[in-house]
This record gives sequence, structure tokens and C-alpha cells, in this order.
Amino acid sequence: MTPPPPTRYVEHVMGMPISLALRGRHTDDASARTAWAAAMAVLQEADRVFSTYRENSCVSRLRRGEVGLEDCPAEVAEVLALGETAERESAGAFSVWLPGPDGRPVLDPSGVVKGWAAERAADHLKALPETDFCLSAGGDVTCATADPDGQPWRIGVEDPADPRRVLAVFPVLSGAVATSGTAHRGAHLVDARTGRAPDGVASVTVVAGSLTWADVDATAAYAHGPEAAHWLESRPGRSGLVVWADGTTSVVQPVLP
Amino acid sequence: MRRIVLWLMSTLTVLVLLFGHSTSTSSRLPAGAESSAVAPVSSATGSTSGSTSGSTTTYTGDSAPTRWGPVQVEITVSDGRVTDVSVVEYPHENGKDQQINARALPVLVQETLDAQSADIDMVSGATVTSDGYVESLQSALDQAGL
Repeated sequence: MTPPPPTRYVEHVMGMPISLALRGRHTDDASARTAWAAAMAVLQEADRVFSTYRENSCVSRLRRGEVGLEDCPAEVAEVLALGETAERESAGAFSVWLPGPDGRPVLDPSGVVKGWAAERAADHLKALPETDFCLSAGGDVTCATADPDGQPWRIGVEDPADPRRVLAVFPVLSGAVATSGTAHRGAHLVDARTGRAPDGVASVTVVAGSLTWADVDATAAYAHGPEAAHWLESRPGRSGLVVWADGTTSVVQPVLP
Repeated sequence: MRRIVLWLMSTLTVLVLLFGHSTSTSSRLPAGAESSAVAPVSSATGSTSGSTSGSTTTYTGDSAPTRWGPVQVEITVSDGRVTDVSVVEYPHENGKDQQINARALPVLVQETLDAQSADIDMVSGATVTSDGYVESLQSALDQAGL
């Protein structure tokens, strides 16, 4: 018997679409709708605090030197600490300090915030008993199945050369899939060491236990350009797919313990 | 016979893509290129079980031992073209591995597919903005389920 298709929800926040698929016991009842509203509230709060587009967000005020870190919610320090760890582990290719127009570093925690916020939002969905969820925040996906031997979610990887087509499929029971590339927004991803867009790579998809790290590692691997696959191989427990600028691909195997 | 040959090539392509990028090299592999990677896979093509409906046929290869563990691939051929590929058995060292997210291996399709053919639940891609959403693959998926 074919299981019923998942129930889907879509809303927009931070200028991007948030899509949710639910299957199992709570898909369309009060519990499901309450969890979805709570998940969206997490993302809206993250937008309010971290947005670099909102003049009055704490991060914008921090950037202008109007407030100190101690004046911002504790989450800001948490995200900046994650950014520092990511910078260290990516040999500087990833940073929340990106070279500005005059070459001086400007605080931009966006590379950490999206995955981190979506993962926190997903905590509300995880709490739904006997329910599988799959949440996408603008193409960064986190999902789980209530039954560890259940039916995996099938996560398609878009073809960077044609974002309406699927290049590969990751079957995922519980975990996160994030992709970095320039298909939709042009060359906005830069190597933090040089401030320039990396060469040779079209997109990097990373599968990891947490969306925070899948997202950070996808961005960091992408910033490594021709070394993207090599660098990703050095990351424990990650697997992934690198699509090169010429359309060829490299699959990165997880490092077995 | 032609179909079987096509299937063999497709299977090899998939497994080459799966295992071509092993652990130490990061050479760029065009689909189906490296013949050396084919060797451990050949046993997977020894016998097959297939099921047919209309002009669409699903083939399941034997489980093939690899250095990462057993791998079994299933492909769907429609009108002589490979339309879907799935891995029915993954390398794992214990039962818990199936649930360890980070073990997930991608299955590359020989020709890119639209969302419906690929039978996917979500799309991972470069950040989709709200402006671009209407045109996106994820939007098509969401609408199908709304």
C-alpha cells in the first residue's frame, strides 16, 4: 500500500521560503499547526535579531558600533562562537567577518544563522509524537523519522546548471542536508581569505547530523573552490556531493570510525 | 539484449559515481569514466531480478561486496531510458548505521530528472529567495501536496 503523501506547509521569512512536510500521526491537527507556528516564531525571532537588512536588528547595531555584544541577546554570542569555530576548522575559508568594499572586515553572521535557526525551529517539530518531519529553509533541509527503521525522506539535490532539475537524491532518515552554490543569487559566496568568489565549483551539498554544521560546512567547502571535495573529506562524519563548474561530480564518502 | 547492455552501463555509471570518489583522491570523474572502478561491481551484474509494467522495467542488481560493505542498486528503465536509480542496500557495519544521517550516500541519476520523476520530498539547493520561489522546484513540490 502506498502511504499517503506528506501534508505540506509553506511560509516566508528572512526573504526565503520555509517548507514543511509532515507524515504520521500529527500532520493536519491542532498539535501540528501549533508546532508549525512555534517553528516559524523561532525563525521570525532570528530574523529580528540577526538580519543585516533590518537597520534596527541587534546585529546591524553591533555592526555600527552602537551596542556591544553584551547588549544583544545571548544567541548572538552563541552564533558568533559557532562562526569562530567554523573559521578555525575551515582554515579561514569560512568567516562571519567578510571583507567589505574597502577591504576591512564586516560582521556578517548570515552564513551561520540560517542553518542554526532552522535547526532550533525543528526542535518544535521533533516534539510531535509518532510524526516524521522534513523542514526546508530556502534549500537547507533538516528531517527526522519517528521510526528509526522507517521510510527515509528523499532529498533531491538541484542541478546548479538547471535549478528546476534534480541531479541526485539523498535518502535521509534523520539528519540535515545543506547546499551552497550560486544558482539563485549570483556570486555572493566568497572565500573569506580573499573576498573573491572561488573557482571551479558550482555547488557543494553536505549531509551531517546537524543543519548548523551541514550549512557551515557546505559554505566552507564551497569557499575552498578546487579543494572543496578534499576539504570535505577531512570533516568527520560528513558525506556530500560536489558539482564542479564543468558539470562533473565528486561524491564524498563519510569517514568511517 | 540492448536494454540489458544499457542497464549494465547505467549500473556501472551509478556505482562508479558512488565509489569513484573514494577517500584519498579528489579526481574529477565524468560519469562512467574510470574502468578500474568497475571491477568490484561486475558481480552485481551477474544475475538480476526484474519486474515489468508497461514499457517500464525495474531491475535489481545482486548485492555487491565493496570495501565499504555491501551495495545493491535498483534502476528503472522506461522506453530504453534510465528514469530512476535507487540504492536498496548501503554499506554499514551495524544495524544502527541506517539511521545515522551522515552515512547517507547520494544516488546520482544518469539524466537529471524533474521533481515528479525523481520522487523526492524536498529539494536542497543554493538559497532560494522568496522572489525566486514561485519558479522553484520546491514550489512545484509544495503545490503538489497543498
